[in-house]
Amino acid sequence: MDYFIELLFSGLSRGAIYALIALGYTMVYGIIGLINFAHGEIYMIGAFTSFIVATVLSIYGFPLLAIVALAGVAAAIWAASYGLTIEKIAYKPLRHAPRLSPLISAIGMSIFLQNYVLLAQTSDFLPFPELIPEFAFMEPVAHIVGSSDLVILVTTAVAMLILTYVIKFTRLGKAMRATAQDRTMAMLVGINVNNIISATFIIGSALAAIGGLLIASHIGQINFYIGFLAGIKAFTAAVLGGIGSIPGAVLGSLILGLTESFATGYVSSDYEDVFAFSLLVLILLFKPSGLLGKAETQKV
Amino acid sequence: MFSLNELKKGALISLWFVFLTFPIMVIKVDPIERIVQWRWTNALMVGIGTFIVYCIIQFAKYRKSLKSTEESEEDSKEQASFIHKILANTKQRNMLFMVLAAIILIFPHLFSTYQTNIMTTALMYVVLGLGLNIVVGMAGLLDLGFVAFYAVGAYSYALLNHHFGLGFWEVLPIGGGLAAIAGILLGYPVLRLRGDYLAIVTLGFGEIIRLVLENWNEFSKGPSGISNISRPEFFGIEMSLEMSILYIYYIMVGFMIFTIFVVNRLQDSRLGRAWIALREDEIACQAMGIDKQKTKLTAFSLGAFWAGIVGVIFAAKTTFINPASFTFLESAIILSIVVLGGMGSIVGVIIGALVLILMPEYLRALSEYRMLAFGAILVMMMVFRPQGLIANVRRTYRFEKNS
Repeated sequence: MDYFIELLFSGLSRGAIYALIALGYTMVYGIIGLINFAHGEIYMIGAFTSFIVATVLSIYGFPLLAIVALAGVAAAIWAASYGLTIEKIAYKPLRHAPRLSPLISAIGMSIFLQNYVLLAQTSDFLPFPELIPEFAFMEPVAHIVGSSDLVILVTTAVAMLILTYVIKFTRLGKAMRATAQDRTMAMLVGINVNNIISATFIIGSALAAIGGLLIASHIGQINFYIGFLAGIKAFTAAVLGGIGSIPGAVLGSLILGLTESFATGYVSSDYEDVFAFSLLVLILLFKPSGLLGKAETQKV
Repeated sequence: MFSLNELKKGALISLWFVFLTFPIMVIKVDPIERIVQWRWTNALMVGIGTFIVYCIIQFAKYRKSLKSTEESEEDSKEQASFIHKILANTKQRNMLFMVLAAIILIFPHLFSTYQTNIMTTALMYVVLGLGLNIVVGMAGLLDLGFVAFYAVGAYSYALLNHHFGLGFWEVLPIGGGLAAIAGILLGYPVLRLRGDYLAIVTLGFGEIIRLVLENWNEFSKGPSGISNISRPEFFGIEMSLEMSILYIYYIMVGFMIFTIFVVNRLQDSRLGRAWIALREDEIACQAMGIDKQKTKLTAFSLGAFWAGIVGVIFAAKTTFINPASFTFLESAIILSIVVLGGMGSIVGVIIGALVLILMPEYLRALSEYRMLAFGAILVMMMVFRPQGLIANVRRTYRFEKNS
């Protein structure tokens, strides 16, 4: 039973991190219908920025709380700037290009960013400082449920709540929903569509950076290549839940995280990713537009 | 030419990039020794570099605006399809083909075996690109897991050779056939999916194949791969290494010519037109009485067939394969060849493959930066020339403008 709970929580926290990244994918897809392949790299840059800031601050002897706060803020700011810049350079000129062009551009951006970090930093695995200490929480359970699992879950839940509030109740959220529905019409009613798209990239990138900080501190090491697999997994999760739908992204991520965790725990750790992708294929076979996705209407 | 305002804007952009790249470029930490290294010169370089790039882009824009006022738009369109113009003229086309054939035949005798090897690789990618072009360019099905079929071909040769001692020429059709079957197996369940869902499922399929190869040790020897695969034989004559490199080169040339011939014929066939119809409008295509399922499946399996055959050749060429050769990056490169060259255009795909594969090889002097440049070039190509190097010409009727 203990083992089950352990797997459950590790699956949930894994899913929560996928959700933070998947939201960026699903928001961008919802608004401009683009698979932002460079999103995984934004997450990696968030992790690297937080790593650099946290290490520098700890060398200069700052208290832990300040380190965590500053590293988080720096990661969010820089990742958001990267997201914004990538959108301006690689996607904005391609708004009216054929559908595959922005995809190739995104793949190019992703290769570029990986090698940029590789050249500017290192190809080695770097030890990430332990930002979330193992505190004694609920003593009998503490052995099973790590404090970082809890922090990850709580952070994700708070981020989701804020995001839901922003999208449901603010002016920005309303404009985003309008843009997602029909870009031309949104433009006609006086919404600055370019700004809305930039805002989407900023929010999505900042969330991915928070995810980067959390997972790096959970795993304890980072590398220039971590963005690729995490990006693909998060994208899988977004598609699983129905891309374009925000609750779908969260649901898909949790299902994916739990599947991976239980599959590793009970079957074999070698085939972890195989299970993830097989689950995706299975679900899409029966629900071709994802769990919560809307069926595409075909225009004739 | 450069107004003060533009210069100011350029300075601001450089400042933004200095800020953007600050943590990654300037700070380098050693967490074990606890040393922080501040590399301020990098910040300066980023700033100056950005400013120069900005000036170049502005200058190019300025030139373009000058040009477009001088020439009418029609002229530039004519220029864009320069190669197609040559191809349309039978005499010039034959000349071009003869020159190309001569170059291809003489090439290995003029240059070292190293160059021949690189050229063989490039030709392999030409065929891979043409295979994927059937799926993506003609039928409009976005396939991100194309490398899986390539892996099926390579592994079928490696395993059949290892366990049963089958030779290259026996496995060549088997490898292609197995890959085509894999194409049907993947294609059948995903027929209902569209666009991006199809993309991600094919990506997942590619990763599943790679992970299975990596983890199923009894079957594929896992990450350590299979070595000592025999090279192709020539009626039982023993060949030196150099000879066999030459031999593979000529096999690949012959095979490429065959592929170009088949794909070219396919394009104008009933099936090819059905693919193009499917790409343009699925519903209208169904309404015309085209069997959507069959058309999609043939696209998938034919594309996979070429990939499987190139896989067999790849295994024979390197004599060693492991799962690391079949990553997503490989699929991305093949897809880039198709899109960069110009979707659906055979000439475009050939040129795209040669540019994308040969460029990183000859950029080896800057070996560290070559993948960086590769990424940047992909982005730049898409931004400045989204239709690809050689856009496909489609037969269209044009009305003459009345003056």
